[in-house]
Amino acid sequence: MKYVALSACVALAVASITPAAAADEQIKVGIVQATSGGSAALYGTMGKNAALLAIDEINGSGMLGASKLVPIYEDDAGDRGQAVNIFQRLIFQEKVSVIFGPTLATSAFAADPIAQKAQVLVIANSNTAPGITAMGDFIFRTSPPEAGVFPGVLRYAKKKFNLKTAAQIYGIDDTLMKTAYGVHKKALEDEGIKIVDTETFQKGDVDYSAQLTKIKGANPDAIVIGGLAEESANIVRQARQLGIPQSVPIMGAVASISTKMAELGGAAAEGYLVGSTWYMSYDAARNKSFVEAYRKRYNSDPDSFAAQGYTAVYAFADAVKRAGGVGDVKKLRDAVAATKNLDSPMGPFSFDTDREPVIDPKVLAVKDGKFTPVTNE
Amino acid sequence: MSVFLQQVVNGISLGSTYAVFAMGCTLIFGVLNIVNMAQGAFFMGGAYFGLEAARLGLPAPLALLVALVGGGVLGVLAELVIFRTLRVRGGHRWMGLVASLALARMMVGIAQEIFGTQVQRYPASTLLDTAWDIDGVRIQLLQIVILVVSIVLMALLALTLQRSSTGRAIRTVAYSEDVARIVGVPVGRTILTTFFLAGGLAGAAGMLLGNLFNVVSPFMGEQMLVKGLTVIILGGLGNVPGAVAGGFLLGLVEVFSVAYVSSSFRDAIGFGLIFLILLVKPTGLFSRFEERRA
Repeated sequence: MKYVALSACVALAVASITPAAAADEQIKVGIVQATSGGSAALYGTMGKNAALLAIDEINGSGMLGASKLVPIYEDDAGDRGQAVNIFQRLIFQEKVSVIFGPTLATSAFAADPIAQKAQVLVIANSNTAPGITAMGDFIFRTSPPEAGVFPGVLRYAKKKFNLKTAAQIYGIDDTLMKTAYGVHKKALEDEGIKIVDTETFQKGDVDYSAQLTKIKGANPDAIVIGGLAEESANIVRQARQLGIPQSVPIMGAVASISTKMAELGGAAAEGYLVGSTWYMSYDAARNKSFVEAYRKRYNSDPDSFAAQGYTAVYAFADAVKRAGGVGDVKKLRDAVAATKNLDSPMGPFSFDTDREPVIDPKVLAVKDGKFTPVTNE
Repeated sequence: MSVFLQQVVNGISLGSTYAVFAMGCTLIFGVLNIVNMAQGAFFMGGAYFGLEAARLGLPAPLALLVALVGGGVLGVLAELVIFRTLRVRGGHRWMGLVASLALARMMVGIAQEIFGTQVQRYPASTLLDTAWDIDGVRIQLLQIVILVVSIVLMALLALTLQRSSTGRAIRTVAYSEDVARIVGVPVGRTILTTFFLAGGLAGAAGMLLGNLFNVVSPFMGEQMLVKGLTVIILGGLGNVPGAVAGGFLLGLVEVFSVAYVSSSFRDAIGFGLIFLILLVKPTGLFSRFEERRA
């Protein structure tokens, strides 16, 4: 009896010292991804699948002791109004500790400020537009901005194909693509490559023949696309159909990396160049276990957005562990910000002081229908 | 010059898919005077029927037939489930509009469940991969095939409407259901046939566009419905050759506004043109509609 009282006393004392580390804590985490609504669904599905996989792994492994991550998944359909509503519900009603997402940068610009104001963490896995993390100190991302990878791709292509001129085509009504266009333009100018034609398209377009005919007429050494995977795949395909030869390399935005890109583009996509943080065959034990687990669970291949979504969850869980729970919001945020050399499928992963990801960039080309690192050719 | 000619080719091949789709629209909206917002969903449905048929290894003409019949069946179902029911119960035509809008939404949802939200493509084939260079102008076999198919469908439809007993029945129903009944035209069956034809044309257009641009997705019908309505207003309600001409015109206008102005102005120019045409010719460019109805 005495013993029981004593242990109850100890338990009480422990609980009062570290309330955050309460045993069997249910840590609610929000997942906001677009799994319907066109092109965005490609990335959203990847992000959602990877996050759920990581959460189950973490819960199963006992990484957080008796605490469990409880996922609450919502589809914003790539619509920023919907993203705002979902954020409000997750933050004020469900009281989640973190939100993984949203899929599109346009949604992030609308919804992230709500989380920032309520001091709820956001870790995005597919926003690559500049200025995402500048929205506040609670906003992180595991997806590198275009400027982090494109210059490397261009340097490689310039050297290999001896580029003097290039044409650009981009989605004019999408924040992400407009900014990708800006990054591409600056990189081209920095490399002294002359831009001979600039064309635009709009979300939902399927026919790019008018723009590509003009580009063909301008006879550039290379084409740079600021588009998502489906758009880029069709542009590449229609460019080749219009008779722009395979010897004119086509480069794309980070956001176009998707297994769907190679699949939809078919033979025309061969040689398509992008910069990335990840590729399927990346030789690291952590990546092999990730790819294997993803394939086993979903019966399909992951892509770089899945790898980034998976890493986002692990970065959060790692921070929860270091912060001793989610009770102290400030401490938890600081722990996420302090993420350093986390073992991830993309290699060692860290956040810099601007809450941007630090990962080794890799140049990839489509080869036999798969994104393959060019150095391995 | 070759750039200009290439743009003409681009415009015509885009326009030919608009033309096929608009023919179906003009039958429903123009001839039957029914507002059917599910026409775009039939278009999407047809694209998936064709896609599945092509994946089963059916040759392109047979896959097109599957898309056509599949779209037609969807049209028949829409008439049986929605429009006939509403008509029998004396529903207002606005009810048909809302009900068909709901049907379209449902079909998009069902397609999402069955096929997923991701864009799919037709399997590679010689039809898709054959092309010729003529004086710097690239012409694909597929573009020629689609043009021929659209012209053949137009001719068949125009013949059916003008010469066959079914066509006469459709025109009589269009004039007045009561008159049709008095002269012994089976009104219900005639409307059903028209829905089959219209759904079939939408389905065929879905497969053609899906092939041409390699994009089949549950959402592909939404934009198309607006294009179809645009074209039939342009060509004159209920006028089949007008719908075809309007389709080609819209295709060319879109391509040239992208080529010589900017993609941002494409729809503004397209719709601006309609305003202009309607100001000058309120019944559409080619309309003989009023006489036809009389």
